[in-house]
Amino acid sequence: MLKIENLHANVEGKEILKGINLDVKPGEVHAIMGPNGSGKSTLASVIAGNEDFEITEGSVLLEGEELNELAPEERAHKGVFLSFQYPVEIPGVTVTNFLKTAINETRKAKGLEEMPANEMLKKIREKSELLEIDRKFLSRSLNEGFSGGEKKRNEIFQMAMLEPKLAILDETDSGLDIDALKIVANGVNRLKNDENAVVVITHYQRLLDYIVPDFVHVLLNGKIVKSGGKELALELEEKGYDWIKQEATV
Amino acid sequence: MAYTEEELKKELETKEYEYGFYTDIESETFPVGLNEEIVKAISLKKGEPSWMTEWRLEAYRAWTEMEEPEWANVTYKKPDFQAISYYSAPKKKPQYDSLDEVDPELLDTFKKLGISLEEQKKLAGVAVDVVMDSVSVATTFKKTLAEKGIIFCSISEAIKEHPELVKKYIGSVVPKKDNFYAALNSAVFSDGSFCYIPKGVRCPMELSTYFRINQAGTGQFERTLVIADEGSYVSYLEGCTAPMRDENQLHAAVVELVALDDAEIKYSTVQNWFPGDKEGKGGVFNFVTKRGLCETNAKISWTQVETGSAVTWKYPSCILKGDNSVGEFYSIAVTNNYQQADTGTKMIHLGKNTKSTIISKGISAGRSQNSYRGLVQINSRAANARNFSQCDSLLMGNQCGAHTFPYIEAKNKTAQIEHEATTSKIGEDQIFYCNQRGIDTEKAIALIVNGFSKEVLNKLPMEFAVEAQKLLEISLEGSVG
Repeated sequence: MLKIENLHANVEGKEILKGINLDVKPGEVHAIMGPNGSGKSTLASVIAGNEDFEITEGSVLLEGEELNELAPEERAHKGVFLSFQYPVEIPGVTVTNFLKTAINETRKAKGLEEMPANEMLKKIREKSELLEIDRKFLSRSLNEGFSGGEKKRNEIFQMAMLEPKLAILDETDSGLDIDALKIVANGVNRLKNDENAVVVITHYQRLLDYIVPDFVHVLLNGKIVKSGGKELALELEEKGYDWIKQEATV
Repeated sequence: MAYTEEELKKELETKEYEYGFYTDIESETFPVGLNEEIVKAISLKKGEPSWMTEWRLEAYRAWTEMEEPEWANVTYKKPDFQAISYYSAPKKKPQYDSLDEVDPELLDTFKKLGISLEEQKKLAGVAVDVVMDSVSVATTFKKTLAEKGIIFCSISEAIKEHPELVKKYIGSVVPKKDNFYAALNSAVFSDGSFCYIPKGVRCPMELSTYFRINQAGTGQFERTLVIADEGSYVSYLEGCTAPMRDENQLHAAVVELVALDDAEIKYSTVQNWFPGDKEGKGGVFNFVTKRGLCETNAKISWTQVETGSAVTWKYPSCILKGDNSVGEFYSIAVTNNYQQADTGTKMIHLGKNTKSTIISKGISAGRSQNSYRGLVQINSRAANARNFSQCDSLLMGNQCGAHTFPYIEAKNKTAQIEHEATTSKIGEDQIFYCNQRGIDTEKAIALIVNGFSKEVLNKLPMEFAVEAQKLLEISLEGSVG
C-alpha cells in the first residue's frame, strides 16, 4: 500500500527526515511514535504533499506509484487522507458543504458524475451515526468554534466519508477526553478493512489501547530507529524514550 | 503544488475579462460634448413633455456650478465631460411583439452573457426589462404585472404614460442638485426603469433589469425609480455586465426607492462592469447615487455584489423617515488588479424605533484598494433607534489594501449602535487543508470566498445568488493550470 524508501526531506533548508524506510501493507495498522521534534508530523505532511517540505532524496509510493511530484489534491484523489493535528477553520463553509465539495471533486478527478444528493445524505447519516455526531454539527462552519475533541471527531468523520486507502492520523488523540477517544477509535476500527491501511502518529500509547497496531515504529531525529509489535508501545510507555536514544547512539 | 502568495498573486493578475466582446449593432449617437442644446435634444429625442425638459435644464445649470467630489479614497483621471457623447440608442427600435423580431445579434449578445431572453422567459417568475445602450429593447411579463396594476417599464415610457407618478416622485429622494454626478444624471439620463406597485399588492415575481454599455465612448446615465405604495412588496434585481473597452467609460446612475407606509422594497444588484485590464488600463468608472426613503413601518433592503468597475463610488442609503422603519445593507465588494472601490452606505434615522443593519464584506486582491465608508446618523427625534454594523475584510496577497471609514453621529441618547470589524487573509494552511481533501486550489479559494460572503449571498434571490457566486469565482480565480 504505502512504501517509503530512503526518504529525506527539508524544511527551509534544514533536514528533518534523514532516510526513512517504511512498508505498510493493506489491512495493516502502523503506529509511529517518538518524542517531540523527531519528525513525526513532518513525515505526515510529506506523505500528504505539503510543499513547505522538500523531498531531497528517496521516494513515497502508493500502490507502487510514486507520489513525490503529485499535488496534494492528486494524492487525495488517489486515496491518501491526513487527519490533521491542527485542523483549520473555514468560516461560512458548513461541514456538509465542505464534504460535498471534497467528495465531488474527487469523483470529478476520477471521471465520475457528482454523487446524487440522496446517496450523499444516506452516507452522511450512516457515518455520523457511527461517530455519534449530532446532525446540528453538520450545519456549523468547518472547525469554527469547535472544541478540540469536536475538531478531531470531525476529521475522522471526513475520513469515514471519503473512504481513503491510506489514512494518516496525526496526533488524533491530542485534545480528546477518554469518551471521545473511544468513539474516535471505535470509528477508525469499524472503517478498517483488508483493503485499506492506517498510520497512527502519536506521542502516547493511550490511543493504541483502542486502535491496536500491527507494527510500532520509533522515530528519532528523522530516522526510524526501532520497529516492533504492539508490545513496543507498552515498553515505551513504561520506560520513556531515553533507552531508545541510548540504544540508537550505541 | 504548493500555493504560495507569489503564485496566488500571479494567478489573480492573469485573469482576463470574461465578457470582453463587442456587439456591432447599428446605433445612433449624438456628437460629443454637453451644453443646454444637448440636454434639450435628448429630451426632444425622447419625446418628453416640457416639464421634464425644464427639470433636466435646471439640473444641468446646477451641475455647471458644482465641482467633482474628491473625498473618496480613490485616484483616477477625471473624465472630460466634453469628450463624452450623451446619447446612444440602437437604431432599429421598433416595439417587439416577440423575440423573433429582436435583432439576432442582440440576442446573441445576451446568449454570450448567459442571460438569453428565452431562458429568462422560461425561468418562472422573472420579468426582464432589458436596458442595452440606454434604450429599453424588450419588456416581458408585462401582462401578468398589468393584471395586478403593477407598472414596470422604461422611465421614458413612464414619463409619457404616467407623468403624474414620475412628476411626484422623481428627485424626491435624490434631489437633482444632490451631488455632482446626480445632477449630471438628472440632466442627461438616457433611460432606465420605472416601477410602481399599487397599494397592498405583493409583486408576484422578481423584477429584473440588465444593464450594459455597448457603444464606444457613450457614458451611461441610467435612472431608476421604484415606488412601493402603502402595504406593497417588491423584489427588484439589477445586474450589469459590460464589454471590454480601451478608454474609460463613465457610468453615473441614480436609483430612487420610495417605500410608503408598511411597504417593503428589496433591491438586489450584481455588478460586473469591465474593471480594466491587469495593468489597470480602461475600465468603467461607476459613480452611482442610490437612495431609498422609508415611511412609517416601511422596509428597504439593499443587497449588492460588486465585482467590476475600475473605480466604484457608491453608497446605497436609507432615509428612515417613518417611525418603526427598517433599513438594511448587505454588500460584497470584490477588487482585483488595480481596481478601486469606495463603497458603503448611509443610514439616516429620523423616525422613532427605526432600525438598521449593515453587513459589508470586502475582498481585495492584486494591487486593488477596497474601502468601506458608512454613515450611521441618529437624529434627535429618533428615539430608540438601533443600528448594527459589521465590516469584514478578506485580503489576498500582500499588495492590496482594505480600509474602513465608519462615521457615527448620534444625537439621541436612547440610540443603540454596534460596530464590528474584522480583517483576515486566506491562509496557505486553509488551502492545503482543502487540497488534502481533494479540492484543488482554484476551487478552494472559491469555497473560502463563498464562505466569507455567505451572509450576504444568502440575502440574494436564489437565481441571482447562483450568478453572484459564479461572478465571485470569475473575479478571483483566473485559470489555474
